[in-house]
Amino acid sequence: MTTFAKQFKADAKRITRDLRHRGLILTALKKYEAARDARQTRFPDWQSARQTAAEIKWDAINHLDKYLVEFVTKIEARGTRVHWASTAEQAREIILATCRDRKARSVIKSKSMATEEIHLNDALEKAGFEVVESDLGEFIVQLRQEAPYHIVFPAMHLTRGEISDLFHNKLGTAPTDNPEELTMIARRWLRQKYIQADVGITGCNFAVADTGMVAITTNEGNGRLTASLPKTMITLVGIEKVIPRLEDLALLQPMLATIGAGQLISCYNSLYSGPRQPGEPDGPEEFHVVLMDNGRTRLMADAEQRDALHCIRCGSCLNVCPIYRNIGGHTYGTTYPGPVGSVITPHLRGLQEWKHLSAASSLCGACTASCPVKICLHHHLLQNRRNAARAKPVWWEKIAFNLFAFLFNSPWLYRLAKPLGRLGQIFHPLIKGTPLDPAYAWTQSRDLPKIPRQTFKEYWRSRR
Amino acid sequence: MNERDNILSRIREALRVPAPVPGAHDHEPREVSEAEAAKTIPRWLPAVGATFEQQVELFRANSTDLKTDFRLVASRDESFAQLKAIAAAEGWKKIAAHKGELTDAAVAALALPVCKTDAGYDVRELEACDAGLTECDALVAQTGSVLVTTRSAGGRALSILPPHHVVLARRDQLLPDLPAAYALVRKKYADNPPSLLCLITGPSRTGDIERILVLGAHGPKKLTIFCV
Repeated sequence: MTTFAKQFKADAKRITRDLRHRGLILTALKKYEAARDARQTRFPDWQSARQTAAEIKWDAINHLDKYLVEFVTKIEARGTRVHWASTAEQAREIILATCRDRKARSVIKSKSMATEEIHLNDALEKAGFEVVESDLGEFIVQLRQEAPYHIVFPAMHLTRGEISDLFHNKLGTAPTDNPEELTMIARRWLRQKYIQADVGITGCNFAVADTGMVAITTNEGNGRLTASLPKTMITLVGIEKVIPRLEDLALLQPMLATIGAGQLISCYNSLYSGPRQPGEPDGPEEFHVVLMDNGRTRLMADAEQRDALHCIRCGSCLNVCPIYRNIGGHTYGTTYPGPVGSVITPHLRGLQEWKHLSAASSLCGACTASCPVKICLHHHLLQNRRNAARAKPVWWEKIAFNLFAFLFNSPWLYRLAKPLGRLGQIFHPLIKGTPLDPAYAWTQSRDLPKIPRQTFKEYWRSRR
Repeated sequence: MNERDNILSRIREALRVPAPVPGAHDHEPREVSEAEAAKTIPRWLPAVGATFEQQVELFRANSTDLKTDFRLVASRDESFAQLKAIAAAEGWKKIAAHKGELTDAAVAALALPVCKTDAGYDVRELEACDAGLTECDALVAQTGSVLVTTRSAGGRALSILPPHHVVLARRDQLLPDLPAAYALVRKKYADNPPSLLCLITGPSRTGDIERILVLGAHGPKKLTIFCV
């Protein structure tokens, strides 16, 4: 077992027994479900909307070379500097070099999973820049020096009391249990940071090819401020974010908000076509767009799972996943948790090291059913399992399956196995749930089904 | 080779094997026609009535839901009178605005010190203003959104920095749905887009603490829309 797998198992075991944690997650997700259902009913045909959204993203991903070039040509024509990065390291270097060129001291960030993916904050801080996350949830987890718990709700695992203590300790504010007051503390504190910041860094929800625009969705307005006040704006874009046409946003934005957060549309849906233009009173002097691959073309080369690149990071597969609900967001140990993270992480960071995530699934398919762009998530988990076993078979699994095949292909042995199994089950309680138990992995927390007194075959024979 | 060529060649290499379209049961790859998806989009979005009255009602219902203060007023003078009442109630001392037919008239009616953003401004001065007055490009009934751009609303910061954002819109700016809003963007700004376009839907909000709604996370705590 790899270190990642061991860590995953240990964390999962601990946190599934943490009833307080479970209560918090369920309360948060119940509120999400109610809001989502209320908004979803306003769509006359959600399934057709999903199909259209899936076809838009399919079109984008399967003609990505064409659309990327179109996007770049258009946005460069408005004075934007476009950079290309094959790896996380290159993306970090480009951003660091831009900050150094601009002689920046402080950086303000709006929420971006792509920057989490390349551990940008660490790199910036090591290089001596002050980095502040401006999304409230991200700001909270940054103060706690931990990764976001959820790709849409980063601080879902914390209570107001914990956040109040955190602010008290780190910012020196008076304790309060009022969420509004806590939000205002962050608002006041971050206002000053916006005004002081030299560089604003954002992520990107959609990169519109035919008009050359970057679309950023936020609720708090932090993306707008990040893109308004600092003199330099840098946007990190995963290459899979490109969509063909401006009009596609009319569908994708409300779907993202509805399935992701239970809103008909998010509060601020902005489009940026370049830096400050002649005649405009404000906005950044420089606008840099960094297009990043970082493993995405590797995933793309697997045609079977290419649709995983359709993901619009709404987080709905996390919200409905029974595994996520039990083990929480940090246990995965990945940038992208939940079903979609389990699908793409093996492609981005190595199949053998991350194959255990594909096994952590009940294959119930709730993720697939919820996905607004119809990614076959649970099938891809199975495909990851298959690919991992094919690439590097586990010796004892091979023996076990050979034995299983032999047993089920030999009627005489199978007939013998049944009474032996029944006999074995009589003595099973003696070792059940102890490490002596051959079925320990299962029986430590579950019962084995009883082998019936009479098999169907015997029953059939007795009826004749 | 530079990274641009490297990435593009990896994409082209990967795309040599076709992938099935989701929902295609035969799993045979097929092409999706370019504009086909765009044409069907309006059908899958929430329904909007055809008349102005129905659309105003929908905008009003969405506004209630979003905690936007939406006021359909009979005349400009009525909107200015109401604006004065709001200014008095909230004790505005200074406002921010941009040059515009409606905003200029409103600023004159309010008779308060004003920070104009058109020719550049001091950020701290704008931040200290009690309200930001802007015009807009459109109102969207389907979602209760306001479409603003750097050109129609006095730059990037005016509509986001002050704690109260007041929008002055005309009746003929009300559009039925999102596709209509994006069609307007394409038509109006075809080859010369403003550097920022934004659909604002309600006052700034967050649910990051225990999923409890709080208004005014970073942007305006209040959004008032006058439709004249």
